[in-house]
Amino acid sequence: MNDIVLEARGIVKRYGHVTAVAGADFDLRAGEILAVIGDNGAGKSSLIKVLSGDVVPDAGEVLLDGKPVHFKSPHDAQLAGIETVYQDLAMAPALDIATNLFLGREIRRKGPLGSVLRMLDVKEMRAQSRQQMDALGITTLQSITQPVDSLSGGQRQTVAVARAAAFGRRVVIMDEPTAALGVRESKGVLDLIRRIRDTGIPVVLISHDMPAVFEVADRIHIHRLGRRACVVRPGDHEMNEVVGIMTGALPPPAAAEAS
Amino acid sequence: MNVTKRTARTLAAAAVLLAVPTALAGCSDTQTGGTTGGGEGEAVKIGLVTKTDSNPYFVSMRDAATAAAEAGGAELVARAGTADGDNDSQVAAVENLIAAGVKAILITPNDSTAIVPTLEAAQAQGIFVAALDTPTDGNKGVDATWATDNTLAGEQQGAYVKAALAGKPPVLAMLDLQPGVTVGDQRHAGFLKGMGLTDDSPEIAGRQDTNGDQAKGQTAMENLLQTNGQINAVYTINEPAAIGAATALSNAGRTADVVVGSIDGGCAGVTAVKNGQIAATVMQFPSKMAEEGVKAALAFAADGTKPTVPATGYIDTGVQLVTDKPLEGLPSEDTAWGLENCWGSAS
Amino acid sequence: MSESVQTAGAKAAGVPDTSGTRAVTVVDRVFRNPVLGPLAALVLACVVFSLLTDNFFSVNNFSLILQQSVVVGTLALGQTIIILTGGIDLANGAIMVLGTLVIAKIAADSLNLQLPALFVGLLVCAALGAVSGLIVSRLGLPPFIVTLGLLTILQAASRLYTKETVVVEPGPLTFLSSGTYLFGYFRITLGVVVVLLSVAVLHYALTRTAWGRHVYAVGNNELAAKRTGINTKRVLMSVYVLAGVLYALAALQAFGRSPATSPNAFPTANLDTITAVVIGGTSLFGGRGTVLGSYLGALIVLVLQSGLTQAGIDPLYQNIVTGILVIAAVALDTVTRKKAR
Repeated sequence: MNDIVLEARGIVKRYGHVTAVAGADFDLRAGEILAVIGDNGAGKSSLIKVLSGDVVPDAGEVLLDGKPVHFKSPHDAQLAGIETVYQDLAMAPALDIATNLFLGREIRRKGPLGSVLRMLDVKEMRAQSRQQMDALGITTLQSITQPVDSLSGGQRQTVAVARAAAFGRRVVIMDEPTAALGVRESKGVLDLIRRIRDTGIPVVLISHDMPAVFEVADRIHIHRLGRRACVVRPGDHEMNEVVGIMTGALPPPAAAEAS
Repeated sequence: MNVTKRTARTLAAAAVLLAVPTALAGCSDTQTGGTTGGGEGEAVKIGLVTKTDSNPYFVSMRDAATAAAEAGGAELVARAGTADGDNDSQVAAVENLIAAGVKAILITPNDSTAIVPTLEAAQAQGIFVAALDTPTDGNKGVDATWATDNTLAGEQQGAYVKAALAGKPPVLAMLDLQPGVTVGDQRHAGFLKGMGLTDDSPEIAGRQDTNGDQAKGQTAMENLLQTNGQINAVYTINEPAAIGAATALSNAGRTADVVVGSIDGGCAGVTAVKNGQIAATVMQFPSKMAEEGVKAALAFAADGTKPTVPATGYIDTGVQLVTDKPLEGLPSEDTAWGLENCWGSAS
Repeated sequence: MSESVQTAGAKAAGVPDTSGTRAVTVVDRVFRNPVLGPLAALVLACVVFSLLTDNFFSVNNFSLILQQSVVVGTLALGQTIIILTGGIDLANGAIMVLGTLVIAKIAADSLNLQLPALFVGLLVCAALGAVSGLIVSRLGLPPFIVTLGLLTILQAASRLYTKETVVVEPGPLTFLSSGTYLFGYFRITLGVVVVLLSVAVLHYALTRTAWGRHVYAVGNNELAAKRTGINTKRVLMSVYVLAGVLYALAALQAFGRSPATSPNAFPTANLDTITAVVIGGTSLFGGRGTVLGSYLGALIVLVLQSGLTQAGIDPLYQNIVTGILVIAAVALDTVTRKKAR
């Protein structure tokens, strides 16, 4: 399982005089959870924005399944099958869970009701939403018709992840999914991330939460000074070593590319 | 929060439970008319619709109408437009008065043209309709109109200002109402007639719209003084505009050598005359319009008679020049009389 | 908030448990229904005035109140969809009035020109909506400021265009007042039918189409909407243009009510519609509310007006009651939103 799904080569992104990403590389393999860690200002969020289509790079190329892609907007990335779960979750709180799951991708009724009157197939979307929740083993949500603002932070995260998993045919990217959660809720979300990987979709996990990273990640991409410092396997290194590399206190290991 | 919401829900539920059967029960006794008045023994209802309910002019009109109706054993239902110029709210008010079963409607129309069909509909239901202060277009839709001769009022103001200048060539500032409003046009034209000028006369140093508002009157006067420092005569559409102008003149140290004339006869305006801010004002009599309108309405309710309207199309309620500096050949009353007969209250 | 609720790390797949809670949800949904509040207020006001006065409870009066609702009711629909996106429209009355003036001036010469005039009026209103929409969506200026500016401009433009009252002849422009239907004793004008249809169509579009959901989503969380792939600029644009079209419809309704128009007409339409929308339970913060509620809100104001007239009570009390309702509605919204967070 060494096929690379999503790849970036020599990405550069400048904001005025500040170079946020300075020739960074990135590889995501099929069926893995790749954690991306880095100090604040290391440029990891700019790199991720490039991958999710939020930002157009000044130089470098992005390849999906080996083919170059040029995302102009998050919508382009979504069309290519790359879904991102943002830290602030991108949900409409007053709308219900099923509506949020299908927001921007609504299903219309078949026949003239849908094509002429543009009527939504609410039943179908609710049914599919339930299926998706079942498939991911999510049992913490009472009803698919609950408005999102009646949910706890963890439940909202669950919905956001479920949405990404439902539509991320190729890749799911998660930005700090456990940052605002308690211990138990975090654990639930980490389980969910594993289940997504187990369905065969690779996951990019951006996180500051080292224990979480070490718990679920298959590999860790350490970002430093605008580029990839190295990629390590959690089993091969201690948490404090990894933090050391991330902050520059330790040099990257000789075998820079974990394979 | 939970508790409050639950309480609110309970209340809502209770309201619905109460309301639905009541509404349904009520449905069975279908009434048809809103046009027939109250039952026997009930007081005659007279409706009054003023332009707004904030202007003291209309307040005094309303108070006088209420008093006159009470004296005649009738009930006055007063409504008003939402804002000066708003026809729609007056249409709704007239419709609601018709539905309330009034015998007569007295109205100061916000839009002399647009209100006509609504008034005609009221007339068609056998209601006596009269315009107060402002006539309708071509006096359509009304049985009678009581109003001030605004041209005459303007003329008296103009004649006074001219006489007060005592032969000095006038340098005139005109503080108008706003374009397209009949009252403003009539007073403006009357004033020029009284001054012996026309709209093209070079004596007119400048003109500005004030909407009859004190603050706008002040700004307008300030601007005109800026344009022409020689101004020695000021026409104002009403007393608030005049008081604003007087403030501007006083700030510029020009109070002594500028003659400010005005129209209205509000108590604040008469007080301004007394204080020397305004040289003279021409009083009109809104309470007289209201009283005579109500009397006619009562007569109509009693035996169906309608007042006779002179060829001018309206019944003139008169004007009176008020000043403490009477001038030769211009009959006037002083401010003591003015304060007894003014409308609104001085403030 | 409720970590205990989380059965974190749940293993087995389990159907989200909706069956057990369904009975509760039905009751809950009835109460959560945003139209319930305004509806209750409306019914309550009707009951009170029916008991209090002789003439309020009559089919004629109810028919009258419906007829009085057509203009502000239609304007309020446009206001609602704009407020749902988190905006506000201070220029709606001014757009409509300019529309009526353009229509009346063009139609002044001949009855045959009434339909073309109506079409031009529609274009003018839609274009003015598009102007707001463009500035709000492309330049990202606050709708309050944009429409305040537009209001000031249009008030002046209308007066430059004409200073007098313009009357239209009875014809296609006034047909909304001419057609009447009798249901038993109940008289309904075509204008009332059209306003009810407008409410129904818009309610459908907002609740049953993707566009409607996107409108709510933009008002709820514009960034989120954008990230889910919704073209938020296009949604905003469509809302302002549609509002403009509704204002043109309101202009037609205005001719149905009265064949005359002037630049001074409907000076408080913007505030009247905001009042109706707020009383109708729509959140000024956007993303929550219904057009049905807004129409009920417009009716509530008219019922107060009518009822207090019947009761012979000083009309200023209507303003007081309306003000209390507005504050109460916003308070309820704020409480709900706080609770929801």
